[in-house]
Amino acid sequence: MKKENDPGKPDAGHETAHQSRQKYGMVIDLDKCTGCGTCMVACAAENNVAVRADQTDKERTITWMNLYKITNGKKFPHTEVSYFPRPCMHCDHHPPCVSVCVASATKLDFNTGIVSQIYTRCIGCRYCQAACPYGARYFNWWDVFPQDKGMDRYLSPDVSPRMRGVVEKCTFCHHRLMRAKSQAYAEDRRELEEREYVTACTEACPVEAITFGDLNNPKHRVSQLIKHPYAFRLLERLGTEPKVYYLSSRDWVRKLADNFLPGEYEPVVNRTWAADEWSTKPGRDEF
Amino acid sequence: MDSPLLPYGVKRCTPGAFFLWTLPWLALLAWGGLAAVLCLWKGLNQTHMSNVFAFALWIVFDLAIIGLGAGAFFTGFLTYIVGRKELKSIINTAVVIGFICYSGAIAMLGIDIGQPIRGWFIFWHANIHSMLVEVSFCITCYLIVLTIEFVPLILENRQIRKVRELRLVGHNLHEIMAVFAATGTFLSFFHQGSLGGMFGVMYARPFAAREGFYIWPWTFFLFVLSAIACGPCFTILCTKLTEFLSRKKLVPDDAIQFLAKMSGWLLALYMVLKTFDYLGWIYGIVPRAGLTFMDFFNEGPYGVWIIVAEMVFCGFLPAIILLTPAGRKSQGWLIFASLLNCAGIVLNRFLFIIVTPAIPVMPFDRFRSYLPTWQEWGIGMAVVGYGFLVFSLAYRYLPMFPKETELNPLPVE
Amino acid sequence: MTPFSFEWQWNIEYVIFFGLLYIALGLIGGGITFVAIKTALQVFGFMRERDFHD
Repeated sequence: MKKENDPGKPDAGHETAHQSRQKYGMVIDLDKCTGCGTCMVACAAENNVAVRADQTDKERTITWMNLYKITNGKKFPHTEVSYFPRPCMHCDHHPPCVSVCVASATKLDFNTGIVSQIYTRCIGCRYCQAACPYGARYFNWWDVFPQDKGMDRYLSPDVSPRMRGVVEKCTFCHHRLMRAKSQAYAEDRRELEEREYVTACTEACPVEAITFGDLNNPKHRVSQLIKHPYAFRLLERLGTEPKVYYLSSRDWVRKLADNFLPGEYEPVVNRTWAADEWSTKPGRDEF
Repeated sequence: MDSPLLPYGVKRCTPGAFFLWTLPWLALLAWGGLAAVLCLWKGLNQTHMSNVFAFALWIVFDLAIIGLGAGAFFTGFLTYIVGRKELKSIINTAVVIGFICYSGAIAMLGIDIGQPIRGWFIFWHANIHSMLVEVSFCITCYLIVLTIEFVPLILENRQIRKVRELRLVGHNLHEIMAVFAATGTFLSFFHQGSLGGMFGVMYARPFAAREGFYIWPWTFFLFVLSAIACGPCFTILCTKLTEFLSRKKLVPDDAIQFLAKMSGWLLALYMVLKTFDYLGWIYGIVPRAGLTFMDFFNEGPYGVWIIVAEMVFCGFLPAIILLTPAGRKSQGWLIFASLLNCAGIVLNRFLFIIVTPAIPVMPFDRFRSYLPTWQEWGIGMAVVGYGFLVFSLAYRYLPMFPKETELNPLPVE
Repeated sequence: MTPFSFEWQWNIEYVIFFGLLYIALGLIGGGITFVAIKTALQVFGFMRERDFHD
């Protein structure tokens, strides 16, 4: 009998142009990101993320997509600012949170590369939160969708709201994948088109800083973008193999994405974004 | 009033005095009970835990008392498996302490998880690759073993002994105690270890991560060693406190001295291995993560002093005192060294549980701080109150110190 | 925990982990059963009650 967490072998009759294992991932262009926060709002609305009347306690609010503001630490007029959207990295190699989960409530799906969370299985021990270096996991400290208050009318019917006392995280809008798959199945297609399944944040970004797709599929733009010399990942040297990539032409931004010993960081180019306006040049994305 | 319940040939305080003595501990229990009700009813927002400090004060209490309670399994091992006869005068104390520590820890864990009703998922839907699953299984099984070890002592109560069936149960349990002690040693070894493994396997947290052997990070072995190094010292401290409060000698010196010497050797071995562990971490894990040792202490109140305190003042210093015959034979130095030894294990657990999340991994993140709420302190202190209460009841009504009558003969009337 | 929960896999890791667990539980359960039977036999006089010396 095939077990649910089998690594998933390719089906014999499944003929695709690329490897049968999909590996959904994201590329976020930090040079384009304006820090408007639309991704956060879209994510919260799409995924029924709990919002309380008072959201000031930032260590206990839930933001699957979190936006960090980083600066190069220099004084005016040399100050530069960048915004750093941080969804779950959906680590591809031995995700730190998966192996520690006591109740098998979180899994890395080998067929899609998505790290899932089963809310009704989670016991709320929070070991996964302790193990995640990105702070991408959030605990439900409160009951946020009280019944009989009319809050349920604002909920998306595709995503289950979470109960108090469980951990939740970005799922790469997994329900959208399910929906796209159902549509493809109804149309007797075996493969999804590139834009057919994208996350809410990808769709909402007004400057199209976020690109989403199958990293294993050479036809998808993400699979080319990650080969860009400006591409990097957050805390890459820890070995978690994140499937979220970032692009930035600015060295200080790339340098802030990981820890480096003195002299370890090798700049890609020595010119900064301010100097050559690389990111605004047409044709950059056609790399 | 309760004299028919007291063991033969011993002197105990009056029921009134005993009642007054239990009041502060009952107050702590009431405080903790209120906090527990609030946490279970309103949720963990009653605490100051956060998405950054997912593990906090309760886990420090848990790991600390489980480490301190390790005297039970180690003394049991030495008494029943190795056959050290002199330890029979202290094994009951060790078992009672172990029972208090483990039952207290499990009760705390029940409140600590966000969905206590789903607690059984740990067992039923176990993810065997998680160190916490190993901890849960071993801790629960070991609590059963400790209960079995505790039961014969309860059945030794003067009134219960009069019931023939119960007395027989107690005796028969006692006869095969080696089987339970061996099982307990096995279980305890693995859960003390996996408590350490829990932190060592967090490979994306450079402050806690460690390399290791096969599936076990070095913290696995170091936690076992540190627990058996400080557990006996905690047993000594509890005995000395009881002796101080009851103003009489309860355990012969040979048992105390043997435990102290054992503790000293184990602590010395632990400190040597811990030094290698720190060196391996500083020159291996830390630079591989792109960090230097000092990077961890850039911000916040935790500095290198905390490591120095753990290693030198609460590690090498008590080890030297305990290994020097003159040091451990002097009452004051023995207690001082035991206190430092126990403080060292608490500090070690604190480093792994609180300092790890406080130090950011992402370079643009910042240092976080955390202070527990009264609800968190309440539940922690309730375990202390529970411990004092159970220990006092056991001391008053059960022959916990078998040599008490021999060491303190009552005047012939 | 048992082959009836769906996470169960018939591989060596599961056999070792749960094998050791069930051995430990078996020893505890066996010990208790032994004591129960022995006590029952002594209570009902099928077995001689030994004096307990310690």
